[in-house]
Amino acid sequence: MNPSITRREFLKKSLAGAGMTIAICVTPSGSRILSAQEVKKDLFRPNAWLQITPDNIITVIVNKSEMGQGVYTSLPMILAEELEADWKQVKVKGAPARDEYKDPVFGMQLTGGSTSVRHMFEPLRKAGAAAREMLVSAAAETWGVPPGECEARQGWVRHRKSARKLNYGELCDKASKLPIPENPPLKKGYEFKLIGTRVPRLDLQEKIDGKATFGIDVFVPDMLYAAISRPPAYGAKIVSYENEAAKKIPGVQHVIVTDRGIAVCAKTIDGAWKGRMALNAEWDKGTHSDLNSETLEKNFLQHLNQPGLSAKKEGNTENALGKAAKKLEAIYLLPYLYHATLEPMNCTAHVRQDRCDLWVPTQFQSGALMSAEKITGLKPEQIHIHTTYLGGGFGRRAEVDVVEEALHISKATGKPIKLVWTREEDVKNDFYRPGNCCRIEAGLDQQGRIVAWSHKVVVPSIFARFFPQMVKDGIDPAAVEGISDMEYEIPNLNVEYVKIDTPIPVGFWRSVGHSHNAFTVESFIDELAYLAKRDPLEFRMSHLRKRPRAQQVLRVAAERAGWGKPLRKGHGRGIAYHYSFGSHVVHIAEVSVDKTEGKIKVHKVVSAVDCGPVVNLDTVKAQIEGATLFGLSAALMEKIQFSNGGVENESFYNYELIRMSDVPEIEVNVLRSREKLGGVGEPGVPPIAPAVANAVFNASGIRVRSLPMTPETILKAMKKI
Amino acid sequence: MISLEVNGKRYDVEVTPEVPLLWVLREYLKLTGTKYGCGANMCGACTVHVDGKAQRSCQLAVGDVKDRKITTIEGIPEDHPVKKAWRLEQTPQCGYCQPGQIMQAIALLTEDPNPSDQRIINAMEGILCRCGTYPRIKRAIKRVVREGKKL
Repeated sequence: MNPSITRREFLKKSLAGAGMTIAICVTPSGSRILSAQEVKKDLFRPNAWLQITPDNIITVIVNKSEMGQGVYTSLPMILAEELEADWKQVKVKGAPARDEYKDPVFGMQLTGGSTSVRHMFEPLRKAGAAAREMLVSAAAETWGVPPGECEARQGWVRHRKSARKLNYGELCDKASKLPIPENPPLKKGYEFKLIGTRVPRLDLQEKIDGKATFGIDVFVPDMLYAAISRPPAYGAKIVSYENEAAKKIPGVQHVIVTDRGIAVCAKTIDGAWKGRMALNAEWDKGTHSDLNSETLEKNFLQHLNQPGLSAKKEGNTENALGKAAKKLEAIYLLPYLYHATLEPMNCTAHVRQDRCDLWVPTQFQSGALMSAEKITGLKPEQIHIHTTYLGGGFGRRAEVDVVEEALHISKATGKPIKLVWTREEDVKNDFYRPGNCCRIEAGLDQQGRIVAWSHKVVVPSIFARFFPQMVKDGIDPAAVEGISDMEYEIPNLNVEYVKIDTPIPVGFWRSVGHSHNAFTVESFIDELAYLAKRDPLEFRMSHLRKRPRAQQVLRVAAERAGWGKPLRKGHGRGIAYHYSFGSHVVHIAEVSVDKTEGKIKVHKVVSAVDCGPVVNLDTVKAQIEGATLFGLSAALMEKIQFSNGGVENESFYNYELIRMSDVPEIEVNVLRSREKLGGVGEPGVPPIAPAVANAVFNASGIRVRSLPMTPETILKAMKKI
Repeated sequence: MISLEVNGKRYDVEVTPEVPLLWVLREYLKLTGTKYGCGANMCGACTVHVDGKAQRSCQLAVGDVKDRKITTIEGIPEDHPVKKAWRLEQTPQCGYCQPGQIMQAIALLTEDPNPSDQRIINAMEGILCRCGTYPRIKRAIKRVVREGKKL
């Protein structure tokens, strides 16, 4: 897991790629297998990341999944920059699941953790630069001049002295026969022409035309549609079902018992769904029939009394709290959350004796590959994974549950199987953002500075299931991220983790542990600022004296939002800052509160972001806008409810998402920064909920310590004032 | 057998009349731009035009629309002002909901070429976008209004 692979290793890996068959191609608009005849023999493919054909088309192969975050544009931009390609020549292709396309840091093919640009920046620059040098050498050889006299620019190699030029398409045949250079020179940052600009996304036209192929849009000849009747409660076992009734539905061909439920396969999707209905499946009560929202919350709160494992111990918190001039304690309680990708889970699988194909909108090709190896017994080279566009990911598509289901059903029937979940299945069978609670106790000195902070978090472990090797000394890194490594300068800090086990599956939800920990830290910081009778912005700044990046985002956001300036009557402003995934983000929210109805209106959000050097400026803005609304939706209205040992919510009528009427004006300020590259997909999520809650306090004096901020929560919190 | 007119073309489909139009478009006619999101009239991903009006295709039995003119995202030309505005505002992220958003926006702007902010919200409220592209959807609609091209 070494982030910096050496040049030699890189070329070795790349060459291994070039040596492999390229007869399997995945196009951005879905996937298809090219026959050997379709592959042009004279293409130039110096490494796994690009190919140039005589028609002067440069195809960049992207090993990350496109789920809206713009990697099908930002990653080609990085390569094209060093290649000195004319951007108009550039096309993009999704990579198959192969060793050479593994993320160099993860050691797996996985899109997550806001890492795509961070992890692929150097490898793609080197790939582009190597190809550029080879094209220059090919031109120099053609003209019989020294390569030093030739220059690559905008898709051409020129020889200034003789005013001759050749384009990349004309040079690719010759270039493909040259050795790959050991150390191609890379550009200096100030030489970038493409990186840092606003480049229209390569995937948008087909998305606007409705021609983009998502997983749900895949068709395979002779495929059957599958539908699974699933247990309504955790651990529920099947009591009875009507096999024959299902088989009487026109088109139904198979009824199969699987680990996940009873699967019905039919020639049409309506046949499969009608067949499932006809099963009339009955289930027992399951293993946790007393599980419901109330018992669950009680269970979380009771866990606060258990001793925790120490995640961070700095100074002597107990002692410092004893001596503090002022003290404050608060308990926060946050709900389980659903990913709600608009494209429901789906996978198309075709398992045969000697070959397996998967068409799937996945964030985790390596995981899908491992599942396929296990279920089919085939070798990795016999398994072909075609990654389609993802209709939303947000961490849900790092899971391979739907892949396993499609594989099992295809293996059992011997047919290609298209498995599409209904919205109800999707709502009820998620790996949720874990519910959690925490107790924070802090003390201020006479000057109103934080001298001690004690924080105990109760939350289920995501990593214990997904990557158990990441759990060190019992501490799930996601459980305490954003607390134990918070930027605030606090001399005595104590962070404890209490793992709670429930039957509810939990997983990575956009920004993971930061999504809840930023809420509690930033809400509590705000409470402390008011306790110290200090301005919330100034209070934060004074605890970030050695954090210039944090100070700068706070300053820019405050200036843009007019912090401290008078507001309309009844309006309030709230600020929150959080560092996650290598990026610093501040949101300042302006809200008003209807105290009779308990309804919050968010009028405006001003954001400032320092994510280091920017690749595609508009994508950064779009990601922060989107993350703000993703976080706001959760803050205002999202909560998974449990009853009778299972999930109570069914669809968007009782798991509501933000709609246009609740969308505030959003202004995103991206800082010019020469710091380390940071992520952009997730860091916009964590600080929005606390910014809004802090604004609610500023507007109304109502302090919210649980989410979502529904009218019910607000009216309940009002009673406590 | 049901005979349907979609995007100006006639199709004969071997399907029973109660099957939702959505699935006929997608799985029988392979017009997959129209998306399934919830099947419950809650997300609008399946929005198409029936005789020029925006309708949720998951709520329409195919037998009930056999004599109507159906338009899907595939029937909207690439150079349509709304598609152009969507491109210029770089609106989509994952893109899944966008055909529904575009079909709803076209229906709105055809009916009211200069809608108020409230009218835009009312018309677009039924279409969910989990990526949060709403600000850009609003901007794209306003761009069409500003440029004043007749739809």
